[in-house]
Amino acid sequence: MSHGHGHDEGPGIYAMVAEFETADELMAAAEKTRDAGFKDIDCYTPFPIHGLSEAMGFRDSRVPWFIFTGGMIGAFAGYTLQWYTAVIDYPLNVGGRPLNSLPAFFPVMFECTILFAALTAVFGMLAMNKLPKPYHSIFNTPGFERASQDRFFLEIGATDTKYDSSKTREFMEALSPLNVSEVAE
Amino acid sequence: MAIKKPTEKVKDLFKGEPEPLNDAMITGRQTNVTLDDAIGSLVLNQKRHKKAWWMFFVFGVMGTGLLGIAVTWLLYRGIGIWGNNQPVAWAFDIVNFVWWIGIGHAGTLISAILLLLRQQWRNSINRFSEAMTIFAVMCAAMFPLLHTGRPWVAIYWLFPYPNQMGVWPQFRSPLMWDVFAVSTYFTVSLLFWFIGLVPDFATLRDKSKNRIGKVILAIASLGWRGSQRHWHRYEQAYLILAGLSTPLVLSVHSIVSLDFAVSVVPGWNVTVFPPYFVAGAVFAGFAMVLTFAIPVRAHYGLKDLITMRHIDWMAKITLATGLIVAYGYVLEAFFAWYSANPYEWDMTYLRRFTGPYSWAYWSLIFCNIVAPQIFWFPSMRRNLVVVWITCQFVSIGMWLERFVIIPMSLTANYLPSANKMYYPTFWDFAMFAGTIGLFMFLMMLFIRFMPIINIFEMKDLLYKLKGGGPQSMTDDVGPDEKLGGAR
Repeated sequence: MSHGHGHDEGPGIYAMVAEFETADELMAAAEKTRDAGFKDIDCYTPFPIHGLSEAMGFRDSRVPWFIFTGGMIGAFAGYTLQWYTAVIDYPLNVGGRPLNSLPAFFPVMFECTILFAALTAVFGMLAMNKLPKPYHSIFNTPGFERASQDRFFLEIGATDTKYDSSKTREFMEALSPLNVSEVAE
Repeated sequence: MAIKKPTEKVKDLFKGEPEPLNDAMITGRQTNVTLDDAIGSLVLNQKRHKKAWWMFFVFGVMGTGLLGIAVTWLLYRGIGIWGNNQPVAWAFDIVNFVWWIGIGHAGTLISAILLLLRQQWRNSINRFSEAMTIFAVMCAAMFPLLHTGRPWVAIYWLFPYPNQMGVWPQFRSPLMWDVFAVSTYFTVSLLFWFIGLVPDFATLRDKSKNRIGKVILAIASLGWRGSQRHWHRYEQAYLILAGLSTPLVLSVHSIVSLDFAVSVVPGWNVTVFPPYFVAGAVFAGFAMVLTFAIPVRAHYGLKDLITMRHIDWMAKITLATGLIVAYGYVLEAFFAWYSANPYEWDMTYLRRFTGPYSWAYWSLIFCNIVAPQIFWFPSMRRNLVVVWITCQFVSIGMWLERFVIIPMSLTANYLPSANKMYYPTFWDFAMFAGTIGLFMFLMMLFIRFMPIINIFEMKDLLYKLKGGGPQSMTDDVGPDEKLGGAR
């Protein structure tokens, strides 16, 4: 999601942001915003609310696929490491058993699968979310510190093709929020 | 504000008055703000930490100092300062390693397995027990590393890296599996814990009035802003991490048990070891969670968040895993007899049931099988003093279990002329006590500088208890009366 300058506005507008008191109000407002045809919308909440992504019309299932790929690479790396060291580079005859002793290699393969998948899960998730990011325009919203505590915010980005300073404000005020503010970039 | 001020002291706890067993996962009149205050104030208002905190902290520092001395002396003199010697090459170091690793397992069970099973009561205890996991694994890892005598030289056979000698680790050995299992376990636990903390650091950042604190928390929170697009991916990653941790935690203690089960030592070569070690780990872990949770919730006024329902359920899990462990002991003895292997039976009969260390065996039976049976009685599960003391029995019992398995099995050899008793030295005890001190030290720092209960998950739980969210999520939490006064 990238935010540039608004179409009708002067430079430096990031978004129109509405503040709600409850999660359910936010959910209803997000649905209306989606149905009104806005695409560049986001919500800011103190805890994850199930169903809100659908209400916003947001879908993303890339993280699980990354994790799956990470896990597969881990399994492959774990096996390759053991096969290379035990068969190619440092073959040891242990009681006449085969050098490529697969059953004995499973525990390390398994651990490598989990390790790589978990690292991919965390760092993949952070990368997709473009974190760490100490500064973001949304922090300019008045009262935004409560987004991590007890308030729920809905944002319509200025890059949205339907964005219009006064019309968007009117639209958001009709959603009966606590307040609406236009946020500078 | 409905949260009780921390006026209740630890000593009140020992008056032995049972708290009512309410059925709620959150009690009191709670809102998102009161949750923030109850949990966040432990970090943001440093004045909440009084004499009791300092007492335990100083105790922890002293223990850590003792550990430092023990390790320094060990590195200077070598492992001859311990009581280990042939034939008992594995003794306190491995006993303590297995004990500590086991204690960590409850944390992962609570954070991962209970998450997958949608046991939402875990939300108020998972952060705490994940911290315990990490600190316990740190204590555990120290023992095998130092057991190598000179860890900086031992690296080439522990970690696979190309070295000038052209040798590689032996991957057919359970000890190598152990290295991978424990290091993966530590890394994954740390990641799980950290990403759970990120949104909470953001909450504290936004609440903090202190400039320096705000900057530190802003860095720690990675600039988290609670965007739903972020939450969406966050939840995917978190759930899958739980799914990954579940087989991981089962594998770790299974692999630890294979260190013994794969060998041909009588008393070690037992097929039931993996599941029985995992159950024992969860058993010891829950006992440790209760050991810390009971005083902490009383001292810091968190009784509304860690309710008697939590204590009750944790006691039940302790009882259930204790019964699995008891089954393991019975099977161990049965197979020693049924195998008709004279060495196995001698080990069981002459070295465990009778013999010089039989007191350890029978104490373990008392601590792990007899003592937890008190949890069958609901009134006993509600009596915090009884629960706490029983947990101490479990901790001691689980330590004795590893003592009985590890050094005692090694005292008897196939050649009777090689039999030798094992006696620990002062430095064995010093290092063990030192790791307990280190654990205490780290837990005290954790209580003071990090949110000890997961704030955003508690808000999520509160939201669902109040009937928010898709209906399917609230089916199991049900009607108003279960809320206490939360609505």
